[in-house]
Amino acid sequence: MTMTKPRIALLVLLGLLAPLVIYPVFLMKVLCFALFACAFNLLLGFTGLLSFGHAAFLGTGGYVTGYLMINTGITPELGILCGTLAAGVVGAVYGKLAVKREGIYFAMVTLALAQLLFFVYLQAPFTGGEDGLQGVPRGFLFGLIDLTNNTYLYYVVYAIFLFGFWLVFRTVHSPFGQILKAIRENEPRAISLGYNVTQYKWVAFVISAALAGLAGSTKTLVFQLASLNDVHWHLSGEVVLMTLLGGMGTIAGPLVGAGVVVTIQNYLSGGELGNYVSIIMGVIFIICVLLFRNGIVGELQRLIKRNFG
Amino acid sequence: MPGENNNKNTGFDYDMSTDYVLQTTDLVKEFKGFTAVDNVSLNIERGSIHALIGPNGAGKTTVFNLLTKFLSPTSGRILYNGRDITAMKPASVARLGLIRSFQISAVFPHLTVLENVRIALQRKESNSFHFWRSEKVLEPLNEKALELLDQVGLREFAKTTTVDLSYGRKRALEIATTLALDPELMLLDEPTQGMGHEDVDVVAALIKKVSANRTILMVEHNLHVVSRLADRITVLQRGAVLTEGDYDTVSADPRVKEAYLGVAADEEEEGGEPVGASGEVEQQERATA
Ligand SMILES: Nc1ncnc2c1ncn2[C@@H]1O[C@H](COP(=O)(O)OP(=O)(O)OP(=O)(O)O)[C@@H](O)[C@H]1O
Ligand SMILES: [Mg+2]
Repeated sequence: MTMTKPRIALLVLLGLLAPLVIYPVFLMKVLCFALFACAFNLLLGFTGLLSFGHAAFLGTGGYVTGYLMINTGITPELGILCGTLAAGVVGAVYGKLAVKREGIYFAMVTLALAQLLFFVYLQAPFTGGEDGLQGVPRGFLFGLIDLTNNTYLYYVVYAIFLFGFWLVFRTVHSPFGQILKAIRENEPRAISLGYNVTQYKWVAFVISAALAGLAGSTKTLVFQLASLNDVHWHLSGEVVLMTLLGGMGTIAGPLVGAGVVVTIQNYLSGGELGNYVSIIMGVIFIICVLLFRNGIVGELQRLIKRNFG
Repeated sequence: MPGENNNKNTGFDYDMSTDYVLQTTDLVKEFKGFTAVDNVSLNIERGSIHALIGPNGAGKTTVFNLLTKFLSPTSGRILYNGRDITAMKPASVARLGLIRSFQISAVFPHLTVLENVRIALQRKESNSFHFWRSEKVLEPLNEKALELLDQVGLREFAKTTTVDLSYGRKRALEIATTLALDPELMLLDEPTQGMGHEDVDVVAALIKKVSANRTILMVEHNLHVVSRLADRITVLQRGAVLTEGDYDTVSADPRVKEAYLGVAADEEEEGGEPVGASGEVEQQERATA
């Protein structure tokens, strides 16, 4: 399951061909959540930090992009860039406050800060309150390409996803990523070797927040909507589920987890079981935690290692 | 073997001109009213191997935590190379060349053996925040890392995931990782704990080897190892310094026998099996015989 060049090429090709057989809007939804989960996994899987407020960054990206697209008429790439930067700035501030805490306190601080932001967005005049920002125009990419065309938009979203995925991959396999893993594995030891671990955690937090914002901005463009759902703690929990289900600490896990969760939600919400979505997701979560501790990708890797390694 | 430490230790004096790498004055650490470290003043001579011994719960690890700033002292001062480090952060102290190991083996279990050592080597590079570069830029460090692994006999395990190493090898890896930073003062917390006889000898020889050009302060329960390695010994009991001196002085002190071995000291004379520390007593007997 290691990422060899031919395998990567094959996967990229699959992504390029996918909209020929699958409804592009569904694919775009999967990609946005996959990017969100990848960003989250950088913290949970590779730094050992459980953030329970990551919706704050996704939502911030979404609101900022939505607001700018509606009110200023800037092009979508700039809208997305601004949303991403805004999420990065919020991440920088929240990160400063959170990374000094450890374990459950870190999770609590991130949750509390995210709830704070939820109420800000609920009250603020520019977010549309309960209604959210509706009818966000998708605009013209670089002022040229009309993104109301779902197929065009798909390839933009796909490019954004590939960029985000690559950045996470690069970060994990960088000199910096080595230190992050050391912190995850044994924080006191990393400190005793002279690493100022809070600084490393903070940088990881900011990267993660910005990428979550990128996912949110993109999602707003796809659904032409930014709403309170995007900053709700439900979503912060969902990204934990996606990551654990797919396999935390694996590069491909969050992608698989997001795909599975979004697919299940889509199936269920259309049918009779629509009202039970959260219960079913909860049960899946429990089964996953009890039986498949390593997630789908993690278990697959183990099987392959055992049988062929 | 006692002959060996004689020549090291005779003629030690309290001359004011002695060069100390680390000094503490009246170090105190209280945990909610319980005094774990009680007015400890240590003077660690540059270039020496200094052992800190004492019964379980004497406060040895707590002293290490204070020296490396993992804990803040309730009162007292710590001087490192004459500089007051009492208020410093642990990572900053490490950057000054004071590197510790841990009582419970401290490795990065899911990284390879090579990567473990490389993490330490990486600290002195300027690229440790470079998240946009490939880890291939670290490859030039591999050679140095392999050399260090060679020193502790782990070269052939370079690609092994650390979690799969035996306990003794993990401890050896820990020493290699610590050495990677070329520490001026190395703090080892029970480096031979839980090891079989052979591993103990290997690690003791290793410590002896790496003690050249640096100072070592070690907590060690195995008195055989202490007698072989230590130039000077400080005995802690219930947080306070009981006595200090070379091995012969300290081991001859009846208070030490009493404190360190407890009831065992009496039982030993009666030929009974000492409580809880059989291996240590055996080794002490052998060492002092
Ligand atoms: N964080 C803490 N909070 C409260 N008490 C502590 C703490 N750390 C250590 N102690 C207490 O301080 C005393 C000294 O502990 P310490 O670990 O320093 O002993 P030690 O000499 O290293 O013992 P051992 O030989 O078993 O390793 C013990 O009674 C221990 O329970
Ligand atoms: Mg101890």
